Amino acid sequence: MSQPTSRRDLLKAAAIGAVAIAPGLTLIAPAAARPLGTGASAANRWGLLIDTSKCDAGCTACVDACKTEMGLTGHDRPLTDSQYIRKVDVTDPASGHRHSLPVMCQHCAKPPCVDVCPTGASMKRADGIVLVDRHICIGCRYCMMACPYKARSFIHEDQSGQKPDNPRGKGCVESCTLCAHRIDAGGQPACVESCAKDGRAAMLFGDLNDPNSEISRRVSTEATSRIRADLGVEPAIRYQGI
Amino acid sequence: MNMLRAVMLALLLGLAFVASPVATAQAGEAGPSFPKAQGSCVDDPATMRRHHFDFLTHQRDDTLRAGIRGAKYSLKECVTCHASTAANGKPVPVNAPGQFCQSCHAYAAVTIDCFSCHATTPQTAEAKP
Repeated sequence: MSQPTSRRDLLKAAAIGAVAIAPGLTLIAPAAARPLGTGASAANRWGLLIDTSKCDAGCTACVDACKTEMGLTGHDRPLTDSQYIRKVDVTDPASGHRHSLPVMCQHCAKPPCVDVCPTGASMKRADGIVLVDRHICIGCRYCMMACPYKARSFIHEDQSGQKPDNPRGKGCVESCTLCAHRIDAGGQPACVESCAKDGRAAMLFGDLNDPNSEISRRVSTEATSRIRADLGVEPAIRYQGI
Repeated sequence: MNMLRAVMLALLLGLAFVASPVATAQAGEAGPSFPKAQGSCVDDPATMRRHHFDFLTHQRDDTLRAGIRGAKYSLKECVTCHASTAANGKPVPVNAPGQFCQSCHAYAAVTIDCFSCHATTPQTAEAKP
Protein backbone atom coordinates (compact mmCIF):
# COMPACT_ATOMS: atom_id res chain seq x y z
CA MET A 1 0.00 0.00 0.00
CA SER A 2 1.46 3.30 -1.03
CA GLN A 3 1.96 6.13 1.40
CA PRO A 4 -0.94 8.62 1.25
CA THR A 5 0.24 11.90 -0.28
CA SER A 6 -0.02 14.60 2.29
CA ARG A 7 -0.47 18.31 1.57
CA ARG A 8 3.08 18.87 2.85
CA ASP A 9 4.51 16.40 0.29
CA LEU A 10 2.68 18.16 -2.51
CA LEU A 11 4.08 21.52 -1.46
CA LYS A 12 7.57 20.02 -1.23
CA ALA A 13 7.27 18.61 -4.76
CA ALA A 14 6.05 21.94 -6.06
CA ALA A 15 9.01 23.72 -4.48
CA ILE A 16 11.48 21.26 -6.07
CA GLY A 17 9.78 21.74 -9.42
CA ALA A 18 10.07 25.50 -9.16
CA VAL A 19 13.81 25.21 -8.45
CA ALA A 20 14.21 22.95 -11.46
CA ILE A 21 12.39 25.37 -13.74
CA ALA A 22 14.27 28.49 -12.62
CA PRO A 23 17.70 27.52 -14.00
CA GLY A 24 16.01 26.46 -17.25
CA LEU A 25 14.51 29.92 -17.57
CA THR A 26 17.84 31.64 -17.05
CA LEU A 27 19.41 29.39 -19.69
CA ILE A 28 17.14 30.65 -22.44
CA ALA A 29 17.62 34.33 -21.53
CA PRO A 30 18.86 36.27 -24.61
CA ALA A 31 22.42 36.90 -23.48
CA ALA A 32 23.64 35.81 -20.06
CA ALA A 33 26.75 37.38 -18.58
CA ARG A 34 29.68 35.01 -18.91
CA PRO A 35 30.79 33.78 -15.49
CA LEU A 36 33.75 35.78 -14.19
CA GLY A 37 37.07 34.11 -14.83
CA THR A 38 36.02 32.31 -18.00
CA GLY A 39 37.21 33.43 -21.41
CA ALA A 40 35.38 34.14 -24.64
CA SER A 41 34.22 30.88 -26.18
CA ALA A 42 34.25 29.64 -29.76
CA ALA A 43 30.74 28.33 -29.06
CA ASN A 44 29.56 31.91 -29.63
CA ARG A 45 29.72 33.94 -32.82
CA TRP A 46 28.44 37.41 -32.07
CA GLY A 47 26.90 39.28 -34.95
CA LEU A 48 24.46 41.93 -36.05
CA LEU A 49 21.55 41.97 -38.45
CA ILE A 50 20.78 45.44 -39.79
CA ASP A 51 17.52 46.12 -41.59
CA THR A 52 18.35 49.09 -43.84
CA SER A 53 14.68 49.65 -44.70
CA LYS A 54 14.27 50.86 -41.10
CA CYS A 55 17.40 53.03 -41.14
CA ASP A 56 16.72 56.75 -41.73
CA ALA A 57 19.26 58.83 -43.66
CA GLY A 58 19.17 61.66 -41.12
CA CYS A 59 19.41 59.49 -38.01
CA THR A 60 22.80 59.17 -36.31
CA ALA A 61 21.65 57.61 -33.02
CA CYS A 62 24.05 54.66 -33.37
CA VAL A 63 27.02 56.85 -34.25
CA ASP A 64 26.35 59.24 -31.35
CA ALA A 65 25.84 56.41 -28.86
CA CYS A 66 29.11 54.82 -30.00
CA LYS A 67 31.04 58.05 -29.50
CA THR A 68 29.61 58.47 -26.00
CA GLU A 69 30.13 54.85 -24.99
CA MET A 70 33.69 54.64 -26.28
CA GLY A 71 34.76 58.18 -25.37
CA LEU A 72 35.62 59.16 -28.95
CA THR A 73 36.44 62.83 -28.97
CA GLY A 74 37.31 64.47 -32.25
CA HIS A 75 39.00 67.61 -33.45
CA ASP A 76 36.41 68.48 -36.09
CA ARG A 77 38.58 66.81 -38.71
CA PRO A 78 36.28 64.28 -40.38
CA LEU A 79 39.10 62.80 -42.47
CA THR A 80 41.20 61.75 -39.49
CA ASP A 81 38.92 61.73 -36.43
CA SER A 82 38.26 58.25 -35.07
CA GLN A 83 35.02 56.65 -36.12
CA TYR A 84 33.88 53.17 -35.15
CA ILE A 85 30.59 53.45 -37.06
CA ARG A 86 29.76 55.72 -39.97
CA LYS A 87 26.51 56.21 -41.79
CA VAL A 88 26.78 55.51 -45.52
CA ASP A 89 24.12 56.87 -47.88
CA VAL A 90 23.90 54.96 -51.14
CA THR A 91 21.89 55.55 -54.31
CA ASP A 92 21.11 53.03 -57.03
CA PRO A 93 22.04 54.99 -60.20
CA ALA A 94 19.63 52.94 -62.32
CA SER A 95 16.52 53.41 -60.20
CA GLY A 96 17.41 56.38 -58.03
CA HIS A 97 16.53 54.34 -54.92
CA ARG A 98 18.33 55.79 -51.91
CA HIS A 99 19.02 54.21 -48.60
CA SER A 100 21.23 54.65 -45.59
CA LEU A 101 23.13 52.10 -43.54
CA PRO A 102 25.57 52.03 -40.65
CA VAL A 103 28.94 50.46 -41.44
CA MET A 104 31.32 49.38 -38.70
CA CYS A 105 33.98 46.69 -38.26
CA GLN A 106 32.36 43.65 -39.85
CA HIS A 107 34.10 41.23 -37.44
CA CYS A 108 35.15 38.93 -40.27
CA ALA A 109 35.69 35.22 -39.69
CA LYS A 110 38.77 35.58 -41.92
CA PRO A 111 39.89 39.12 -41.10
CA PRO A 112 42.41 40.63 -43.55
CA CYS A 113 43.58 43.05 -40.82
CA VAL A 114 44.74 40.08 -38.73
CA ASP A 115 46.47 38.50 -41.73
CA VAL A 116 48.61 41.55 -42.44
CA CYS A 117 49.44 42.72 -38.89
CA PRO A 118 53.22 42.46 -38.43
CA THR A 119 53.11 42.33 -34.60
CA GLY A 120 50.02 40.24 -33.85
CA ALA A 121 48.23 43.25 -32.38
CA SER A 122 45.30 42.80 -34.74
CA MET A 123 43.57 39.73 -33.40
CA LYS A 124 40.35 37.77 -33.38
CA ARG A 125 38.87 36.63 -30.09
CA ALA A 126 37.51 33.07 -29.72
CA ASP A 127 33.96 34.39 -30.05
CA GLY A 128 34.77 36.09 -33.36
CA ILE A 129 35.22 39.68 -32.14
CA VAL A 130 38.09 41.35 -33.99
CA LEU A 131 40.17 43.64 -31.78
CA VAL A 132 43.39 45.64 -31.72
CA ASP A 133 45.72 44.77 -28.84
CA ARG A 134 47.02 48.28 -28.34
CA HIS A 135 49.69 47.04 -25.96
CA ILE A 136 51.60 45.74 -28.97
CA CYS A 137 50.22 47.88 -31.82
CA ILE A 138 53.05 49.88 -33.38
CA GLY A 139 50.74 52.12 -35.41
CA CYS A 140 51.95 50.99 -38.85
CA ARG A 141 48.39 51.20 -40.22
CA TYR A 142 48.83 48.20 -42.50
CA CYS A 143 45.47 46.88 -41.19
CA MET A 144 43.78 50.11 -42.24
CA MET A 145 45.01 49.51 -45.78
CA ALA A 146 43.94 45.85 -45.70
CA CYS A 147 40.40 46.40 -44.37
CA PRO A 148 37.90 46.33 -47.25
CA TYR A 149 35.33 48.14 -45.08
CA LYS A 150 37.37 51.21 -44.09
CA ALA A 151 36.50 50.30 -40.53
CA ARG A 152 39.68 51.31 -38.73
CA SER A 153 40.94 54.65 -37.50
CA PHE A 154 44.30 55.91 -36.32
CA ILE A 155 44.72 58.13 -33.27
CA HIS A 156 46.83 61.13 -34.23
CA GLU A 157 46.67 63.16 -31.02
CA ASP A 158 47.41 62.65 -27.33
CA GLN A 159 44.24 61.57 -25.56
CA SER A 160 42.81 62.34 -22.15
CA GLY A 161 39.50 61.58 -20.46
CA GLN A 162 39.22 58.07 -21.92
CA LYS A 163 36.45 55.73 -20.81
CA PRO A 164 37.66 52.98 -18.45
CA ASP A 165 36.13 50.35 -20.76
CA ASN A 166 37.85 51.65 -23.89
CA PRO A 167 41.49 52.56 -23.32
CA ARG A 168 42.83 54.46 -26.35
CA GLY A 169 45.94 56.50 -27.02
CA LYS A 170 48.02 58.25 -29.63
CA GLY A 171 49.84 56.13 -32.18
CA CYS A 172 47.49 53.14 -32.19
CA VAL A 173 44.88 51.90 -34.61
CA GLU A 174 41.39 51.29 -33.28
CA SER A 175 37.98 50.15 -34.46
CA CYS A 176 34.60 48.88 -33.30
CA THR A 177 34.98 46.28 -30.54
CA LEU A 178 31.33 45.21 -30.88
CA CYS A 179 31.25 46.59 -27.30
CA ALA A 180 33.11 43.50 -26.07
CA HIS A 181 33.00 44.93 -22.53
CA ARG A 182 29.20 44.99 -22.65
CA ILE A 183 28.92 41.57 -24.30
CA ASP A 184 31.16 40.06 -21.59
CA ALA A 185 28.78 41.51 -19.01
CA GLY A 186 25.76 40.01 -20.78
CA GLY A 187 24.69 43.20 -22.54
CA GLN A 188 24.46 44.29 -26.13
CA PRO A 189 26.36 46.91 -28.13
CA ALA A 190 25.60 50.58 -27.39
CA CYS A 191 24.60 51.24 -31.04
CA VAL A 192 21.97 48.50 -30.97
CA GLU A 193 20.59 49.78 -27.69
CA SER A 194 20.31 53.38 -28.92
CA CYS A 195 18.84 52.31 -32.29
CA ALA A 196 16.05 50.57 -30.40
CA LYS A 197 15.53 53.56 -28.10
CA ASP A 198 16.07 56.62 -30.35
CA GLY A 199 15.98 55.11 -33.84
CA ARG A 200 13.69 52.62 -35.50
CA ALA A 201 15.14 49.40 -34.10
CA ALA A 202 16.94 48.56 -37.32
CA MET A 203 19.72 46.63 -35.55
CA LEU A 204 19.54 43.19 -33.98
CA PHE A 205 22.38 41.73 -31.94
CA GLY A 206 22.80 38.07 -31.14
CA ASP A 207 24.71 34.82 -31.32
CA LEU A 208 24.88 33.44 -34.87
CA ASN A 209 26.05 30.08 -33.48
CA ASP A 210 22.97 29.64 -31.31
CA PRO A 211 20.18 28.19 -33.50
CA ASN A 212 17.55 29.40 -31.01
CA SER A 213 18.63 33.05 -31.06
CA GLU A 214 16.44 35.63 -32.77
CA ILE A 215 19.27 36.60 -35.14
CA SER A 216 19.89 32.98 -36.22
CA ARG A 217 16.19 32.42 -36.74
CA ARG A 218 15.90 35.48 -38.95
CA VAL A 219 19.12 34.81 -40.87
CA SER A 220 17.91 31.28 -41.65
CA THR A 221 14.42 32.31 -42.74
CA GLU A 222 14.84 35.76 -44.32
CA ALA A 223 17.03 37.07 -47.16
CA THR A 224 20.15 38.74 -45.78
CA SER A 225 23.37 39.87 -47.40
CA ARG A 226 26.88 40.82 -46.42
CA ILE A 227 28.85 43.72 -47.86
CA ARG A 228 31.42 42.51 -50.38
CA ALA A 229 30.53 38.87 -49.74
CA ASP A 230 32.61 38.11 -52.86
CA LEU A 231 35.80 38.70 -50.85
CA GLY A 232 35.06 35.61 -48.76
CA VAL A 233 36.06 37.21 -45.45
CA GLU A 234 32.75 36.07 -43.91
CA PRO A 235 31.62 39.11 -41.92
CA ALA A 236 29.43 38.72 -38.83
CA ILE A 237 27.44 41.82 -39.76
CA ARG A 238 24.50 41.05 -42.03
CA TYR A 239 22.25 43.50 -43.81
CA GLN A 240 18.76 43.41 -45.22
CA GLY A 241 17.54 45.64 -48.04
CA ILE A 242 20.82 46.38 -49.78
CA MET B 1 102.45 71.82 -4.86
CA ASN B 2 100.51 69.97 -7.56
CA MET B 3 100.59 66.90 -5.36
CA LEU B 4 99.01 68.82 -2.50
CA ARG B 5 96.26 70.16 -4.78
CA ALA B 6 95.50 66.66 -6.00
CA VAL B 7 95.24 65.36 -2.43
CA MET B 8 92.95 68.24 -1.45
CA LEU B 9 90.74 67.57 -4.47
CA ALA B 10 90.58 63.87 -3.68
CA LEU B 11 89.62 64.63 -0.09
CA LEU B 12 86.87 67.01 -1.21
CA LEU B 13 85.50 64.47 -3.69
CA GLY B 14 85.64 61.80 -1.01
CA LEU B 15 83.63 64.02 1.31
CA ALA B 16 81.05 64.58 -1.40
CA PHE B 17 80.72 60.81 -1.92
CA VAL B 18 80.33 60.21 1.79
CA ALA B 19 77.75 62.98 2.07
CA SER B 20 75.52 61.90 -0.80
CA PRO B 21 74.38 58.47 0.52
CA VAL B 22 73.48 60.13 3.80
CA ALA B 23 71.26 62.61 1.95
CA THR B 24 69.58 59.80 0.02
CA ALA B 25 68.96 57.80 3.16
CA GLN B 26 67.28 60.80 4.76
CA ALA B 27 65.00 61.28 1.73
CA GLY B 28 64.32 57.53 1.70
CA GLU B 29 63.01 57.63 5.23
CA ALA B 30 60.48 60.27 4.19
CA GLY B 31 59.57 58.52 0.93
CA PRO B 32 56.98 59.76 -1.49
CA SER B 33 53.74 61.05 -0.01
CA PHE B 34 50.40 60.34 -1.62
CA PRO B 35 46.69 60.18 -0.69
CA LYS B 36 45.47 57.05 1.14
CA ALA B 37 43.38 54.61 -0.90
CA GLN B 38 39.76 53.91 -0.10
CA GLY B 39 39.21 50.36 1.13
CA SER B 40 41.75 47.54 1.29
CA CYS B 41 43.98 46.31 -1.52
CA VAL B 42 43.60 42.97 -3.34
CA ASP B 43 47.03 41.93 -2.04
CA ASP B 44 49.37 42.96 0.76
CA PRO B 45 51.18 46.26 0.13
CA ALA B 46 54.68 44.73 0.00
CA THR B 47 53.67 42.29 -2.76
CA MET B 48 51.86 45.00 -4.69
CA ARG B 49 54.84 47.35 -4.46
CA ARG B 50 57.19 44.70 -5.81
CA HIS B 51 54.98 42.96 -8.39
CA HIS B 52 52.06 45.17 -9.47
CA PHE B 53 53.48 45.65 -12.97
CA ASP B 54 53.93 41.88 -13.47
CA PHE B 55 50.37 41.23 -12.32
CA LEU B 56 49.01 43.86 -14.68
CA THR B 57 51.07 42.71 -17.68
CA HIS B 58 49.65 39.19 -17.42
CA GLN B 59 46.19 40.45 -16.65
CA ARG B 60 46.03 42.69 -19.72
CA ASP B 61 46.61 39.76 -22.08
CA ASP B 62 44.04 37.59 -20.33
CA THR B 63 41.41 40.30 -20.46
CA LEU B 64 41.97 41.61 -23.95
CA ARG B 65 42.98 38.52 -25.90
CA ALA B 66 41.06 35.80 -24.04
CA GLY B 67 38.17 37.93 -22.81
CA ILE B 68 38.54 36.79 -19.17
CA ARG B 69 36.91 39.32 -16.87
CA GLY B 70 36.74 39.71 -13.12
CA ALA B 71 40.30 38.59 -12.34
CA LYS B 72 42.00 39.55 -9.08
CA TYR B 73 44.25 42.24 -10.56
CA SER B 74 42.74 44.94 -12.73
CA LEU B 75 44.03 48.39 -13.60
CA LYS B 76 40.46 49.65 -13.59
CA GLU B 77 40.10 48.53 -9.96
CA CYS B 78 43.45 50.16 -9.06
CA VAL B 79 42.15 53.48 -10.38
CA THR B 80 38.77 53.04 -8.69
CA CYS B 81 40.35 52.83 -5.22
CA HIS B 82 43.40 55.02 -5.67
CA ALA B 83 41.95 58.09 -7.38
CA SER B 84 41.28 60.76 -4.78
CA THR B 85 38.50 63.30 -4.92
CA ALA B 86 39.14 67.03 -5.20
CA ALA B 87 37.37 69.67 -3.12
CA ASN B 88 34.89 70.24 -5.97
CA GLY B 89 33.88 66.56 -5.81
CA LYS B 90 35.61 65.64 -9.07
CA PRO B 91 38.06 62.71 -9.12
CA VAL B 92 41.74 63.62 -9.46
CA PRO B 93 43.68 61.64 -12.13
CA VAL B 94 45.97 59.04 -10.52
CA ASN B 95 48.83 60.23 -12.74
CA ALA B 96 48.57 63.87 -11.64
CA PRO B 97 51.58 65.16 -9.64
CA GLY B 98 51.45 64.03 -6.00
CA GLN B 99 48.76 61.43 -6.65
CA PHE B 100 49.06 57.72 -5.87
CA CYS B 101 50.64 56.40 -9.08
CA GLN B 102 52.61 59.49 -10.04
CA SER B 103 54.21 60.24 -6.66
CA CYS B 104 55.91 56.82 -6.40
CA HIS B 105 56.89 56.68 -10.05
CA ALA B 106 58.39 60.17 -9.86
CA TYR B 107 60.29 59.11 -6.73
CA ALA B 108 61.58 55.95 -8.44
CA ALA B 109 62.16 57.80 -11.75
CA VAL B 110 59.96 55.35 -13.68
CA THR B 111 57.73 56.52 -16.51
CA ILE B 112 54.17 55.14 -16.47
CA ASP B 113 52.93 54.23 -19.92
CA CYS B 114 49.56 52.88 -18.76
CA PHE B 115 47.84 56.23 -18.70
CA SER B 116 48.61 57.35 -22.23
CA CYS B 117 45.66 55.05 -23.06
CA HIS B 118 43.96 53.97 -19.83
CA ALA B 119 41.46 56.10 -17.92
CA THR B 120 42.99 57.93 -14.96
CA THR B 121 39.74 58.49 -13.08
CA PRO B 122 37.04 55.99 -12.08
CA GLN B 123 33.95 55.47 -14.19
CA THR B 124 31.45 58.13 -13.15
CA ALA B 125 27.89 57.15 -12.33
CA GLU B 126 26.34 58.96 -15.30
CA ALA B 127 28.78 57.37 -17.75
CA LYS B 128 27.84 53.82 -16.75
CA PRO B 129 25.76 51.92 -19.31
